[in-house]
Amino acid sequence: MDASLPAHMRPERSFQGFILALQRFWAEQGCVILQPYDMEMGAGTFHPATTLRALGPKPWNAAYVQPSRRPKDGRYGENPNRMQHYYQFQVIMKPSPPNLQELYLKSLAAIGIDSAVHDIRFVEDDWESPTLGAWGLGWECWCDGMEVSQFTYFQQVAGFECAPVAGELTYGLERLAMYVQGVDRVYDLNFNGRDGDAKVTYGDVFLQAEREYSKHNFEVADTAMLFEQFKMAEAACRKYLDAGWKDGKREAHLMALPAYDQCIKASHVFNLLDARGVISVTERQSYILRVRELAKACGEAWIHTEAGGAA
Amino acid sequence: MPELLLELFSEEIPARMQAKAADDLRRMVTDKLVAEGLVYEGAKAFATPRRLALTVHGIPARQPDLKTERRGPKMGAPDAAVQGFLKATGLNSLDEAKIQRDPKGDFYIALIEKPGRAAIDVLAEILPVIIRTFPWPKSMRWGARSGKPGSLNWVRPLHAITATFGLETEEPDVVPFSVDGIEAGQTTYGHRFMAPSAISVRRFEDYEAKLKAAKVILDPQARKDIIFADAKELTFAQGFELVEDQVLLDEVSGLVEWPVVMMGSFEQEYLAIPEEVIRATIRNNQKCFVVRDSKTGKLTNKFVLTANIEAADGGKIIVAGNERVIRPRLSDAKFFYETDLKTKLEDRLPKFEQIVFHEKLGTQAARIKRIERLAAEIAPLVGADVAKTTRAAQLAKADLLTEVVGEFPEVQGLMGKYYALAQGEDASVAAACEEHYKPQGPADRVPTDPVSVAVALADKLDTLVGFWAIDEKPTGSKDPYALRRAALGVIRLIAENALRLSLMKVAASALAGLSVKPADAQKLPSDLLAFFADRLKVQLREQGARHDLVDAVFALGGQDDLLMVVRRVEALGKFLESDDGKNLLAGTKRASNILSIEEKKDKRTFDGAPDAALYSLGEEKALAKAIGEVQAEASAAVAKEDFAAAMSAMAKLRPPVDAFFDKVRVNDDDPKVRENRLKLLNEIRSATRAVADFSKIQD
Repeated sequence: MDASLPAHMRPERSFQGFILALQRFWAEQGCVILQPYDMEMGAGTFHPATTLRALGPKPWNAAYVQPSRRPKDGRYGENPNRMQHYYQFQVIMKPSPPNLQELYLKSLAAIGIDSAVHDIRFVEDDWESPTLGAWGLGWECWCDGMEVSQFTYFQQVAGFECAPVAGELTYGLERLAMYVQGVDRVYDLNFNGRDGDAKVTYGDVFLQAEREYSKHNFEVADTAMLFEQFKMAEAACRKYLDAGWKDGKREAHLMALPAYDQCIKASHVFNLLDARGVISVTERQSYILRVRELAKACGEAWIHTEAGGAA
Repeated sequence: MPELLLELFSEEIPARMQAKAADDLRRMVTDKLVAEGLVYEGAKAFATPRRLALTVHGIPARQPDLKTERRGPKMGAPDAAVQGFLKATGLNSLDEAKIQRDPKGDFYIALIEKPGRAAIDVLAEILPVIIRTFPWPKSMRWGARSGKPGSLNWVRPLHAITATFGLETEEPDVVPFSVDGIEAGQTTYGHRFMAPSAISVRRFEDYEAKLKAAKVILDPQARKDIIFADAKELTFAQGFELVEDQVLLDEVSGLVEWPVVMMGSFEQEYLAIPEEVIRATIRNNQKCFVVRDSKTGKLTNKFVLTANIEAADGGKIIVAGNERVIRPRLSDAKFFYETDLKTKLEDRLPKFEQIVFHEKLGTQAARIKRIERLAAEIAPLVGADVAKTTRAAQLAKADLLTEVVGEFPEVQGLMGKYYALAQGEDASVAAACEEHYKPQGPADRVPTDPVSVAVALADKLDTLVGFWAIDEKPTGSKDPYALRRAALGVIRLIAENALRLSLMKVAASALAGLSVKPADAQKLPSDLLAFFADRLKVQLREQGARHDLVDAVFALGGQDDLLMVVRRVEALGKFLESDDGKNLLAGTKRASNILSIEEKKDKRTFDGAPDAALYSLGEEKALAKAIGEVQAEASAAVAKEDFAAAMSAMAKLRPPVDAFFDKVRVNDDDPKVRENRLKLLNEIRSATRAVADFSKIQD
């Protein structure tokens, strides 16, 4: 931890200080620090900086915060740690450096978790995203029995082998910050590290939003419109993919990113429909499959772009 | 003799894979050594979360020299053949070859002496191959090298290889090889947090000791022993008792290199949750043991955790941290439990209409209806109250839709019982909610309450008949619907409760309840019966009983009362252990053998009653008389289901059969007498069929 930090910026005092400490740490490891992607998504992995950049031969090191929207996890602000909107901190390094585990442990030290007094463990957890056609091997990282991060070596994304393999770290920010700040309820997190009247809590920022979105996600979201939106996003994705092939030949692609946006969109719309309980068990599988098909097609387009490594 | 030390140092290996990996490593290296002519004295393998290690001692320093002979062309063969022979054998000229004479002519023979190689060179060749082909259940690529094809696959990134070979008295050599850019050497690393520096090792002895000094216990058994002993001591000291859990112990010992056992606690109020749910929460999510009060036998608000470090503060923060994680988990569990209690089990049933049990077999709701109907039909056959049985079958699956079971599938059934009791159901109905899943395996308890028995049978038979109807039978090692287990469950339910029921009838009834109509519906019950016969054989074999007797009984046909089959097999087994039984079996087999030879010769069978007028010898008459008596007596005993008496009756056949074979020539010169005697032999065979088909019994 950086001793020169003012008290309100220390990671164990403020949520924002916590995020800044992580950003600073990974910036020092050579990552580009991105800002959140401007679309709704269920996990930081959906950010094109991970999904698409994990594909192709070019080195890529990035870190960013991504708001994650999981409509089904909303609890109207009544559960101490379940929310339909929370933050993930995502690191991707391609190729995975040989000392990625050590870097990860140092990042924990940077946010105030000292491995001399905490019990840190790497517990098997194979990661798979059916919607992204992706899988990898790794661990959930435990601190004193609590899962604080996900550590994955991507083996396949969008149906394509990762060559080279990227290492991905995902920190559950609220949970970690709660641990470091010693609070049991997420809404009690000190957001800005100030005291008294100047103090802003996580609840001040997000509690109302949790209530409103829970109502929206479970009760009101317009399902007819959402079904339509899913179809539209799917069709748009296909359309942009088709139109993106340069000179109509499947050699170079010019629109992988806009097409992928529509895949992200379809995925989130599906999550909303799922939260509304209007998708049956059998249909569910077929929706997941449809999103996966989009993700795969976007991955294929991506590897035919410059950043995707096409010559 | 020299010894090998091999260590493969990697990132954390999943706990569940460690034991098998250590075993695979030992097996692969030693098999290969033996195949290379290097017979070793002993080998031992170990695993920790970060390393696989192997020591093999007593390896000869060199392979034995190999002498082989190779036959070449005939003398005077064309030059091309001779040149080919010289080239292949490395001889300079035919002068170096021997000549061997055999009936086909004179041949050149090359004597090739292959000097044995140094063992270390052999190791340098075989170890990289073993590493590259190691059978991890799941493996991965990593790092810059994964950009190119052919990079190493390992369970998690492999960082270092230690491989030394040499005599105890000397400085060992490093086995010279590398895999995917990792050079074998003699450097390993200690505990990730407490002693991470590099350690130079020479051979197994100092390797194990230095690791211990660097806070790594190499031997998984030693780690288990430490955890177990410390956990017991820690709980005992406070008047508690550890709830032992071998599976959890195995897992936990695979998560630490330096186990440090500590105890934490949680709020008393959570003890209101059923114990099994507390245990599932703490065990599955936190990998911690639960603790019992030795006086009351009930769970206490303590748990035992195993950390991987000796923390600078003595572990206060670690214990507090684990408590902080367990608290919300238990709070969730309590919330789930209390939420579940608010909904009656029967009110959950409509939701089953939306849940597909199997695409071809319909919804869970349809399945529950079928089980209900079948259970009500079975109830009177097993002495169960029909109303209670129906109610139990209706509610038995309802807990699948509860929050607690959604979270912890392993408490299915059990929660059903709790919720049924909580809503005031009859005790038998509640018990059946749990027990109808039983027995789950050969070691599981068999329910005895008639209501549980009826629902358990109905559940299993509906499953069996259903999957038979859609032709999803188990094949080879594939049994995705656990149908073998279901069939064994039915057998044990029937045998251990001494139930009398016709499986064919019950199966036919289950079949009638299905909406799918298989093409060969007629055959289905008897196909299924054959499957039960197979399962029964497997079970008897596992109990060390004679499984061929099952065939001998089923071969009689129409045997679908499993209890009677089992009883008959038991009586038959006892009988065949006696001298009378053995001799009668021998006599019957002799009769059968003679018959089949003569039947073949004459191209006819010798059915039909023998003609008493044609008996000329006393032994013939005596045998005929005995057969008549024994058959009547045995059949009467079988009708009374007294199989022991049937066997005793059978025993009376033995003296006349023995005497017959002793004194009577079957193939008499008079064809009429011969035919009559063969008919008599056939009578022996049919008489024994009163108890079993003796021809199916192995000697």
